[in-house]
Parts: sequence; structure tokens; C-alpha cells
Amino acid sequence: MSEHILLPEGSIEKQTTTLNLGPTHPATHGVFQNILELDGERILKSTSTVGYIHRAFEKIAERRPLYQITPLTDRMNYCSSPLNNMGWHLTCEKLLGVKIPKRVDYLRVIIMELARISDHLICNSIVGVDTGAYTGFLYVMQFRELIYEIYEEVCGSRLTTTIGRIGGFERNFTPVAFEKLEKFLDKKTGYPAQLKEFENMFTRNRIFMDRTIGCGPIGAGRALNYGFTGPNLRAAGVDYDVRVHTPYSSYEDFDFIIPVGTTGDCYDRFLVRNEEMWQSLSIIEQAYQKVQQFKGAEAEVFHADSPAYYLPEKKDVYTKMEALIYHFKIVMGETDIPAGEVYSSVEAGNGELGFYLISDGGRTPYRLHFRRPCFIYYQAFEELVKGGMLSDAIITMSSLNLIAGEMDA
Amino acid sequence: MALTNETIKLRLTEKFPDVLTNWQEPYGMLTFTAPKDFNLKVLQFLYDDTELRFRFLTDLQAVHYPDRTGEELAVVYHLHNLFDNVRIRFKVFTDITKPDVFSATALYQSANWMERETYDFYGVNFLGHPNLIRILNVDEMDYFPMRKEFPLEEQTRVDKDDEMFGR
Repeated sequence: MSEHILLPEGSIEKQTTTLNLGPTHPATHGVFQNILELDGERILKSTSTVGYIHRAFEKIAERRPLYQITPLTDRMNYCSSPLNNMGWHLTCEKLLGVKIPKRVDYLRVIIMELARISDHLICNSIVGVDTGAYTGFLYVMQFRELIYEIYEEVCGSRLTTTIGRIGGFERNFTPVAFEKLEKFLDKKTGYPAQLKEFENMFTRNRIFMDRTIGCGPIGAGRALNYGFTGPNLRAAGVDYDVRVHTPYSSYEDFDFIIPVGTTGDCYDRFLVRNEEMWQSLSIIEQAYQKVQQFKGAEAEVFHADSPAYYLPEKKDVYTKMEALIYHFKIVMGETDIPAGEVYSSVEAGNGELGFYLISDGGRTPYRLHFRRPCFIYYQAFEELVKGGMLSDAIITMSSLNLIAGEMDA
Repeated sequence: MALTNETIKLRLTEKFPDVLTNWQEPYGMLTFTAPKDFNLKVLQFLYDDTELRFRFLTDLQAVHYPDRTGEELAVVYHLHNLFDNVRIRFKVFTDITKPDVFSATALYQSANWMERETYDFYGVNFLGHPNLIRILNVDEMDYFPMRKEFPLEEQTRVDKDDEMFGR
């Protein structure tokens, strides 16, 4: 990025323009404001304002039983709700000491990696849109639709999924769900072929490279100091991935690579996300193979044996006294949570999504804090765009994958 | 050699004898409490020490304990050593009538907004913060909403006449 040229002293043109980028600007892809101080098209200063859709999740969570907090987590990073849901379930399970069967872990991995793909494909195709290439966005959208159909088969909803329960899933995966998964994974007609085509369109595209290389870069040291995690940190060259460093949900059973970049600019972020999608596809295939190895009664396992916390099936509620009692206790939120404090994190679409839960032994959390990766790294935006062009700021913003819902909680 | 909780504890007690208290290990994460004047010294030591190397601030938030007179607010730091992949948690407690805690922004850029958020919801006054203003709530708000003296509305209340939502 070239040094900013200052106009001569006393020049009549020596005046700056203040531009409000947001809160409702089509290029910000979310509700947040940037007050830009512009000299021509160069950004001298940027001030970020967030909080337009703050919904007090942490306060609300203080009077809700654990299972009612899951829908709140949906609404943080709504491009990959299942990742948030699973992160929350895993936190609760850690606190409650629930042991999860392997098959459930693998099914969760499938869902989480699908969610990661749906998150990254949105981010990367939006970078394409912001550089003027709308086509890629439309290419990949049909596969997000397919991912949403898989969610729908499992939990019934599509965007804000509330998928799974504490202890497992609400129902076993149907054969249709696996059929759709196979359709998604198909090498010729499925997502791999489409992703290849998407990459062909962008990766060596002259216009795209010129627009993104050297745009909004950040070094590894600064990125760590700014609390970057996830693809944005990896693009800066730090191979930190929660899935590898603190494996959860049996991620230690899978072979995959953590892609890293070097310069931390928009192009590297794009490449890292693309490669992560390939890795996710490979993880899903491995997980699907592992799931298929379960035969007979084992293939019917879709939740942990933890009656006090896992909501029983409806048919049992109608016929069994115990199930009825537990159903009532769970639904009415009358189950006491053991006292303790726990921090648990998952690798969400944007980085380390942490849950810090303090329980005093009551029925609701005493304090719940969400570590939202987006909120933490967005502070670096002011530094990233300073001295650059306005059009670069737009690309930087979309390649950071800023989700207003996650920022504001 | 992997960095263990015992080593960390030993290093810290060597450096700060009789200062750090309340050592715990809930779910494997080393947790301790420091007096609030010591928070920056501890953070700096954890950052600089060649063995400990806690150089990533994962999270920073506050907790309100209205029953603990004189130390109602706790500020909780989650730190991560990315070299050895160890996490620790450390807390400082402060009086709610004078909630002054030193800011960690000089050490971690990421602390900037996290401290603003903590101020916004709990009113912790971070001394030395470059721009301590509200971040998620409206600027005009004159209370700190996450404190326990603001309970949420009773969900079962029936006295409220709300035609729009039929309650």
C-alpha cells in the first residue's frame, strides 16, 4: 500500500470528506457503521461503531435453562448456526460431565464441517461479489441450499437451526439425510466439482488478484495482538486451530491439514478459506465412512445415555413414567446444574468461539459469556484500511467475514 | 518439556510470593486470583517470561457477585500460551463503589473493545484505556445492565396489558 500523499498546505482542496459507511449500506453486509475520514478516495481514519443489533443474549441467558440458550447461539453467526449450537452443547456437556458416544461425535463432525463450508462459501463468494464477479456467488448458492436441506432433514430448520440437544441429536439421521450428503459429496456433480470451478474462476483471475493482493494485510504479530483467530489468523501465517490444539468431538480421529497464508491480505484469506473447504470435505468423507462402520444397534445411537439432561423421545414420554418425569423436569427448567466454571471453545467459521459459563448450582447459568471472534478482530479494521482506498475497505470488510449478529450478541 | 499447571504455579509464586491466592483447577484450567493492583504486573510477567509465554488474550469479561462486600466485581482474563497450548484464567476482584482496574490495552490491542464491553455492561473503570466509552449499548444509558440488581422481567407475570402481543 503506497504512502498517503498529503495535499500542499493552504491548498483550497485540502479538506477531507466524512463518509458514513453504514449502518445500512449494501456493501457492509450487516448492520454496523464505519465513519470514514476521506481525502479523495484515500482513507485517513476510520471509526467503527457496533451494537446496532445488540440483543442482550448474555443477560437473557442468566434466567434460561441450558436447553433454552441454544436458540440464542443460533443468532450469533447465522451463516453457520450449527457450529454455535454444537459449541454450546459441548460446553454444557463438559460442565455436566456427559459422555458422548463416538457415533454422535462423528455425526456432529459432519454437521459442523457442513456448517463451516456454508460459512466459508458465503464469505468467499461475497468477496467475489464485492470485486465485481457476481457469478461465483450464484454458482455456490445451490450447494448452500443443499446443505440447508441436510440440516432440515436432521432438525427441521434451515438458517437458525438449533440443531442437536445436550447429549446428542434430536433424532437419528434419516436415510434421506445420508442420500443428500452423498449427493453433496459426489465428485462429479456435487460440491467438489463446483468448488473446483469456483476456484478456477477466481484464484488465478488477473482482476481478482489485482484487487485483493496486498489489500488489508496484517502480520502475524499484529494479528495475534489483535486477538485474531480462525481463517484470518491462519492467513497471517499462524497455524492455530482449535480443532487441532484442543480437540473436541473426536476431531483427533481425523486427518486434515491446517492451511496457512503468509501476508494476511484479502487474497490469502480467500485462499485459506478455499483450502479449508477442501479439508472440510475430506473430513466429512472420513466421518461418513466412520459412521457407516457402525452396524446393528450401534447404528441407532444418536444420543448419550444421560436421562437427566437429554430430552426423552416423545413415544417414551407417553408410555414410561421415568421419561415423563425427566421430560417435565427438563422442559420446565427444573434441573439443577452442578456448580462450577467452565471455558470451552470450538473452531467456528470465524475463529475461536468460546463459552465461559459460571454456574452457582442453580437452574440457570450465573454468568455466561460468549467469546465472539468477530467482535474481537473487528477492532483491527481501523488499522487494516488506514491509508488504503475506499474500494479496498469494502473488500477487506467482506473478506474478514464480519457478521453483525456475532459482533453484537 | 510440556508446560504443566504445577510449573506455572511455581513460577508465579516465585515471582509474586504471598500475593496470588485461591488456586484452583476447574476442568483442568489453572485459575487464580490476584489483587487488583497487581493485574498488569501479572499479565506482563506472564507475557514476558521465557518459560510461560502467555501472549494471547483469549477473553476478558466481568462477573458481578453482589454478596461479596468489598469485592463485588470480578474481572476475568483468559490467557493462552500458543507455543505449549496451555490456557490459564486469572481474576481480579474490585469494589463496586470504586471499580478501578488497570487497563491491559498497552499489552494487548484486543483488550480495547473487550474492556469497553466490560465497562459497558458492568461499569468497570479501566484506568489508562484510550477510549473508554460504551460499545454495544446506547451512549445515553446511565446504568450498567449486566449487574445483578437489574433482574429480567418475570416471565409468568399476568398484570401487564399488552394488546399487541396478547399477554
